[in-house]
Amino acid sequence: MNIHEYQAKEVLKKYGVPVLKNGVARTPQEAEKVAKSLGGGVCVVKAQVHAGGRGKAGGVQLVKSPAEVKQVAGTLLGKNLVTIQSGPEGKPVSTLLVEEGCNIHKEFYVSLLLDRGRGQLAFMVSSEGGVEIEKLAVEQPEKILTVYINTQFGFLNYQKAELARFLTQQKELQAKLISLFAKLYEAFIHNDCSLLELNPLVQTKDSLFIALDAKMGFDDNALFRHKDLAELRDLEQENKMEVEARKYGLSYIALDGNIACMVNGAGLAMATMDIIKLHGGAPANFLDVGGSATTEAVTEAFKIILSDSKVNAILVNIFGGIMKCDVVASGIIGALQNVSLSVPLVVRLEGTNVELGKKMLNEAPFAIMTATGMEEAAKKVTDAVKQTSARGRTQEISAGKV
Amino acid sequence: MSILVNKNTKVICQGITGGAGTFHSSQMLDYGTKLVGGVTPGKGGQNWLHPTKNNVILPIFDSVKDAKKETGCIASVIFVPAPFAAEAVIEAAEAELELVVCITEGIPVLDLVKVKNYLKGSKTRMIGPNCPGIITPDECKIGIMPGYIHKRGTVGVISRSGTLTYEAVHQLTQVGLGQSTCIGIGGDALNGTSFIDALGLFQNDPETKAIVMIGEIGGHAEEDAADFISKNVTKPVVSFIAGQTAPQGKRMGHAGAIISGGSGTAEEKFKALAKAGVHICKNPADMGTRMKEVLW
Repeated sequence: MNIHEYQAKEVLKKYGVPVLKNGVARTPQEAEKVAKSLGGGVCVVKAQVHAGGRGKAGGVQLVKSPAEVKQVAGTLLGKNLVTIQSGPEGKPVSTLLVEEGCNIHKEFYVSLLLDRGRGQLAFMVSSEGGVEIEKLAVEQPEKILTVYINTQFGFLNYQKAELARFLTQQKELQAKLISLFAKLYEAFIHNDCSLLELNPLVQTKDSLFIALDAKMGFDDNALFRHKDLAELRDLEQENKMEVEARKYGLSYIALDGNIACMVNGAGLAMATMDIIKLHGGAPANFLDVGGSATTEAVTEAFKIILSDSKVNAILVNIFGGIMKCDVVASGIIGALQNVSLSVPLVVRLEGTNVELGKKMLNEAPFAIMTATGMEEAAKKVTDAVKQTSARGRTQEISAGKV
Repeated sequence: MSILVNKNTKVICQGITGGAGTFHSSQMLDYGTKLVGGVTPGKGGQNWLHPTKNNVILPIFDSVKDAKKETGCIASVIFVPAPFAAEAVIEAAEAELELVVCITEGIPVLDLVKVKNYLKGSKTRMIGPNCPGIITPDECKIGIMPGYIHKRGTVGVISRSGTLTYEAVHQLTQVGLGQSTCIGIGGDALNGTSFIDALGLFQNDPETKAIVMIGEIGGHAEEDAADFISKNVTKPVVSFIAGQTAPQGKRMGHAGAIISGGSGTAEEKFKALAKAGVHICKNPADMGTRMKEVLW
């Protein structure tokens, strides 16, 4: 789960991480008021969206007066901000962070995340702040220092000192950085973060270190012990169908294609998308109905994929392990009783109670094509799409549209 | 031969009185696994009853230590809910069980970091978490996989996925290739037994003639495995990587399945594996036939 910059700064402030004076605004009037309360001088207006690359997309603007803040706020609020990370439709801007300006002397990069290979936390710093770290790691890896933290022993003093020395030669500044790094580590551990990134961390002309930007992500698996953080989730920033799916314990991700899939298990769901592509089709979504999906969950899964207007055909691929094929079959039948099936449906069932499941589908009063293996299923569903679009074209030709 | 588990492996179930624990314990017993008891704190001294077979009962213990003392078990399968699962693994390790198979999905990653640290100095191997378990066909099934799709033979199977492993096993069985042992190493960002661990075990197992390795997007486990294979594995390996069509930055169901910063793609993994001499298979429906070609 990701949160906004303003929320991350609130969390970090509690751990003593220095941030600039700021305020949150949801209307141009509020933005002007915040700017006045900050002294009425130069400030920065930052669109709060869950996507990086805001600066280049015009989502971060330096302004000189509260009147200008109001004007800029008016141009940002209510719009969708399209950045390199947001996807083509962009992310809605409904909140702004208005922050006082500061005199930047130097910019640094600081991040903390899990290193999967080592099973340790990686604390990464660079003297090149404000850059794309992935790019820097490839082009100038010598400009990045990473230390690995064994959480059993904690973040050791020599590690903090090594990171600080890498960024500055001045003893006094090193001491400030060491204290700051300790606070970041504490915030990461206490909140079960998956990512904590300051890009940039700035050193001001009067030698203060300030988190100018802050990004925090949390481990979804740990949210059960952080009810306060779970409330920070901004559903507006997420795909509506993904949010809806989550309510029923389904894992859904929208994609660009036209063949919807419904699969049990994440690996098999990805493999199903892959085989659709190999047959010349394009998957409309990733959907894992999970190991213990109930009839209700399968019904909801159907409703969700059918609500996507791009969908021209559906492929259900279930390999029963924990999940029984008859449960899936009754879910499919139940769903079809509640929604009108307007596109071809191919169902491939295998595993526990497969014969019972197939029998139920064949006896149901719906046009269901059954398939025996993944290959046959993928072929049937891609053929069905080709036929549908060919038929559509023929109709268009006869109607004189082409 | 086989790896890690066989007909003599005595197993207990941690979390045996829960819904999943009860159902899968009965399934394991029906398969022939030597399941000898269960652990549920506070229910020690009671009996666990097989849901469909009246004459089958198992003793329940308060702790893994008690269970080991009374039953002589060397392995455990964990169905404990995610908030308590990490502790359950550590409890089993402290009791010095040889093998802990953790089925539980959704364990916080910082808990797993602790577990991995604890296991480093211990005698215990963990498989999982968030995995289907391990099976040596016709001998021992520790986990949630449908037993009947398996057939005893000479192909070792290693996978990060659950149902995709069943798919691979089913295909192997259909083309007439049985399995020595199948291990699901789990879909989380951190796991107890890695591809490399399992590859090493299969390489040293005389019964295993070839290996199917099923990876997916996210992390570098497949690249590390490729490096290991090129140096240490002489048996043929067939590999499929799920997620060739997955978008960047989205978590594909599994906690560990995410392409971040352009790294962890299926393409990179296929490339590394092909370079290591692995027989790569881009169509998930071809895993069985590909292995048959390789073995003939």
